[in-house]
Amino acid sequence: MEKKNRSKISWFIGLLFLTGVLLFIVTKPISSLLAWQSNFLSRCFFVLILCFGMCLLRVMKGPLPADRAVAMNTLGVLIVGFCAVLSVSTGRDWYLDIAIAWALQSFIGALALAKYLEGRGFDE
Amino acid sequence: MNNLQQAIGYIFILSGIALDVFGCAGLIRLKNIYSRLQAMIKCVTLGTCLILIGTFILKGFCSTGMKAMLAVVFLLLTSPVSAHALARAAHKAGNNKI
Repeated sequence: MEKKNRSKISWFIGLLFLTGVLLFIVTKPISSLLAWQSNFLSRCFFVLILCFGMCLLRVMKGPLPADRAVAMNTLGVLIVGFCAVLSVSTGRDWYLDIAIAWALQSFIGALALAKYLEGRGFDE
Repeated sequence: MNNLQQAIGYIFILSGIALDVFGCAGLIRLKNIYSRLQAMIKCVTLGTCLILIGTFILKGFCSTGMKAMLAVVFLLLTSPVSAHALARAAHKAGNNKI
């Protein structure tokens, strides 16, 4: 009973923290340095940075090595979307080249991590 | 760029970012590695694909839009394969507590 209550309380605190940060991002006035084209896109930018923070938290406290590998794979997929948002907001198309290259590289990295976790060598 | 095209592209980008946030919240919240992997592989892949499709709608049929569609194709091809490899590795490493 004690443990169940504690997990409920920590879940509630995490939900409050997440909604608080999201409300802060949505309602905060944005300085003119970061508002490249519109306020909407720079707010999307900050929400994606919040997602990066959540993935890095799982990398930091994951109990198993496989958890850390999963979080790194998620981070690699998120960076592709981040590059797309940057490309829309700055109007430069070479960010999408970075996105394509990052997608392929993160795929190869995930396969190598999976082989390492299975305990096999890289040349099998 | 007319107004309707911009509105549709922004709606696509907004829904993609909402799916990304929910996927990352599941990555923190869920207890087991397999459920975390399941939350990640559906929400984050679809969210990123929606962001790239929104970029394609905003830019149209120029080189930037076609690069975005190429990134969507690569992501849809590679992301399930890597998730399957990671799940198989976690199963073979002996972490079978559900």
